[in-house]
Amino acid sequence: MPRLFIPPSLRPFCEGEEEVNVEGATVLEAVQSLDQQYPGVMERLCPEGKLRAGIAVTVDQNVTPRGLAQKVSSDSEIHFLPAIGGG
Amino acid sequence: MATIDETKAAEGSDEAPKYKVIGTRPIRHDGADKVTGRALYGADIKVKGMIYGAILRSPHAHANIKSIDISKAEALPGVRAVATSADLPEPGDKIAELGEGSVILNHLSSNNLARTKVLYKGHAVAAVAADNLHIAQEAASLIEVEYEVLPPVMDVLKAMEDSAPVLNPDVRTEEASTGEKGDKPSNIAKHIIFEKGDLQKGFAEAEHIIEREFRTATVHQGYIEPHVATALWNNDGQITVWTSTQGTFSVRQQVAELLDVPLARVKVVPAEIGGGFGGKISVYLAPVAAVLSRKSGAPVQLVMDRADVLEATGPTPGSAIKIKMGVDADGRITAADAWMAYEAGGYPGSPIGAGAMCVFSCYDIPNGRVEGFDVCVNKPRTNAYRAPGATNAAFATETVVDELCEILGMEPVDFRLLNASKEGTRRIDGVTYPRIGLVETLEAIKNSEHYKTPLTGKNQGRGIGSGFWFNAGLKSAVTATVNSDGSVGLLEGSTDIGGSRTAIAMQFAEALGLAAEDIKPAVVDTDSVGYTDVTGGSRVTYATGWAAYEAAQDLKRQIVSRAAELWEVDPGQVSYEDGSVIGPDKSMTFKEIAVELSTTGEPLVGRGVSNHNEPGGAFGTHLVDVEVDPDTGKVDILRYTAAQDCGTAIHPAYVEGQIQGGAVQGIGWGLNEEYWYDEEGSMRNANFLDYRIPTCYDLPMIDAIIVEVPNPGHPFGVRGVGEVPIVPPPAALEAAIHNAVDVRLYELPMSPPRVLHELLKKES
Repeated sequence: MPRLFIPPSLRPFCEGEEEVNVEGATVLEAVQSLDQQYPGVMERLCPEGKLRAGIAVTVDQNVTPRGLAQKVSSDSEIHFLPAIGGG
Repeated sequence: MATIDETKAAEGSDEAPKYKVIGTRPIRHDGADKVTGRALYGADIKVKGMIYGAILRSPHAHANIKSIDISKAEALPGVRAVATSADLPEPGDKIAELGEGSVILNHLSSNNLARTKVLYKGHAVAAVAADNLHIAQEAASLIEVEYEVLPPVMDVLKAMEDSAPVLNPDVRTEEASTGEKGDKPSNIAKHIIFEKGDLQKGFAEAEHIIEREFRTATVHQGYIEPHVATALWNNDGQITVWTSTQGTFSVRQQVAELLDVPLARVKVVPAEIGGGFGGKISVYLAPVAAVLSRKSGAPVQLVMDRADVLEATGPTPGSAIKIKMGVDADGRITAADAWMAYEAGGYPGSPIGAGAMCVFSCYDIPNGRVEGFDVCVNKPRTNAYRAPGATNAAFATETVVDELCEILGMEPVDFRLLNASKEGTRRIDGVTYPRIGLVETLEAIKNSEHYKTPLTGKNQGRGIGSGFWFNAGLKSAVTATVNSDGSVGLLEGSTDIGGSRTAIAMQFAEALGLAAEDIKPAVVDTDSVGYTDVTGGSRVTYATGWAAYEAAQDLKRQIVSRAAELWEVDPGQVSYEDGSVIGPDKSMTFKEIAVELSTTGEPLVGRGVSNHNEPGGAFGTHLVDVEVDPDTGKVDILRYTAAQDCGTAIHPAYVEGQIQGGAVQGIGWGLNEEYWYDEEGSMRNANFLDYRIPTCYDLPMIDAIIVEVPNPGHPFGVRGVGEVPIVPPPAALEAAIHNAVDVRLYELPMSPPRVLHELLKKES
């Protein structure tokens, strides 16, 4: 099952868990799965089913340009991190 | 400038394949124009009927705008148009994604022409277009603005206090990952936390703990060419912008969003660019020039002077950082804690996210915590500057590491080798690294002649520092048109700052088995090539190079198909190898088949796009020797060597140039550069005489050691190059100064007064 890492400020809404095994073949499905375990989390992480401005999704070491639509495999790691720009 | 003529491939590897074009040093395609002065930069653009603009800027760092009277300016003969924020649409709270990041449009618009408040001295308030620049400047001076002056907030820590005057009434503190916002206006725009492991347990396991506080100054990218934009808002509603920018498509989007016009009505034409380093992504002039053009009916050119550039464009943030690190008796890091506050300037958007992810990025740390704040102060809105946020962070962490090495009695390079991040290391923000080359850069430094040569002079010291930057992928597009003589025109959307058009052409040539000289690359306008993200994030050689590789593959497929048709054989019997198309009975070189196909069918045009995000990440380790004058505190650099993992160096001379350029900027940041503000919030050194960037008199040779650990996420193993080399210099210099004269400096720049202060304190 994909592992979704919970950002620290979201952990109080996930019983303090740092990471959660979730179902799903895409990042969006993974977040929906997380929301089933901890209702209300999805609205905080992805309001209205969209990534919040300034947040990026990292799947398996790389920021994905496909965001919530990115496919994930059973051993994928999913992180939500600040989006960054370069010089 | 000579460089160490040695490229180090990853040890024992088959990771560094041999290429025919990649790794060579052909003459750059834009070389002749640039060395003869024929290249056209932004201010060289002349459009028929063009008039000139001037901008009125705020004399106050913080003030409410009570009224603006433009009547006297409008009445001046020769004035063709006057604009204020009333001429820009109200964008509301809409957020625009700009490829490399997002921006609140209301803030971006107000930064172009202030609406209700000015938030820094130099903030644009109104603009004039006139028949010549002198009239425009005189008219600007006739605009009467009534201000209610407010107390400026210049210090990041004071800005965080509850009692501080609030700059932006619409800004509430936002938790980065949950989006939850505070219930009252605040100068703290964003709060970020990363955690890993058990911090208390980690510190409990430590044998030695160091905790320090750091400050870094506001510094500017210092590009030589000032900002410039020329705009024509035509009668048919089409807007054309000619400008020097790091991203034509980003300018197109910003102009369209800020003027509320359809994207397709905006065309951006890139000029050559005299430096950017992250500072030429945001727009300052183009929307204003466009509005003046619409009102005057003529094309309008706006050019900043140096004071405008320093006072009103985005520097990199000053910062306050606290670092606490613990190690066990063997020198292994057990825990690390960082608290970081970055100045955003007048509007939110400092690189605190990147700084927080980079602060411990060079080390494998089992237990860690990072807390970051994005804080508004009355300085110009910050912008990216080479590895934005990482240099501040590395200065703090690497200085603490150097102190830990001193307590442990360990060689700093050995400490770093013991604790270095490597493939599989999980950063505090949670992500694990793919194949990276930090260890290889440390080994390259340790094996360098520089490292093996002892220092012998009095007041001399040596320091080392490491640094990291993520690099970016994002979107790029390339079009390749085969000419009838077998040469190829390569159209790209990445404006060329560091020699990228040649590096991209070389990857295309390598993929097709051609010579770099057979390719004619051109950076074209937004109507002439597919969408391409900014030249930034160390992404161009990686991503646009990948698009060029794909364009070459597209051409290969077409050539094979057409050759099969020509030779009347099955396409499966034809292949393309080593610059030739080969059939069952015959073969032809690329040039031969190009000539043949030009007369027997449709033109050969290849397309390539990329949107890959496996840029690999890059690390650098720098070694510096200094001599400190104990009477003045002046630091002279005796020797400097920078080792960097570049994945695969496409054009080694450009890679060396990027490493040297970044190191020089980091040296300036470390030793001299800073914004000097008076109590009213006015910058007192807004010129290149008093804002001291390094010159050739301040610098030794920068020896560049290219380390090549190919990035598995690219067809040729490319990693980004341009940003990492600015990260380690201040920390390496601090360690060198300490080893020279036994003082520690926790504030940048380590200018003569600060060094002398510490020396006198030590003596007393």
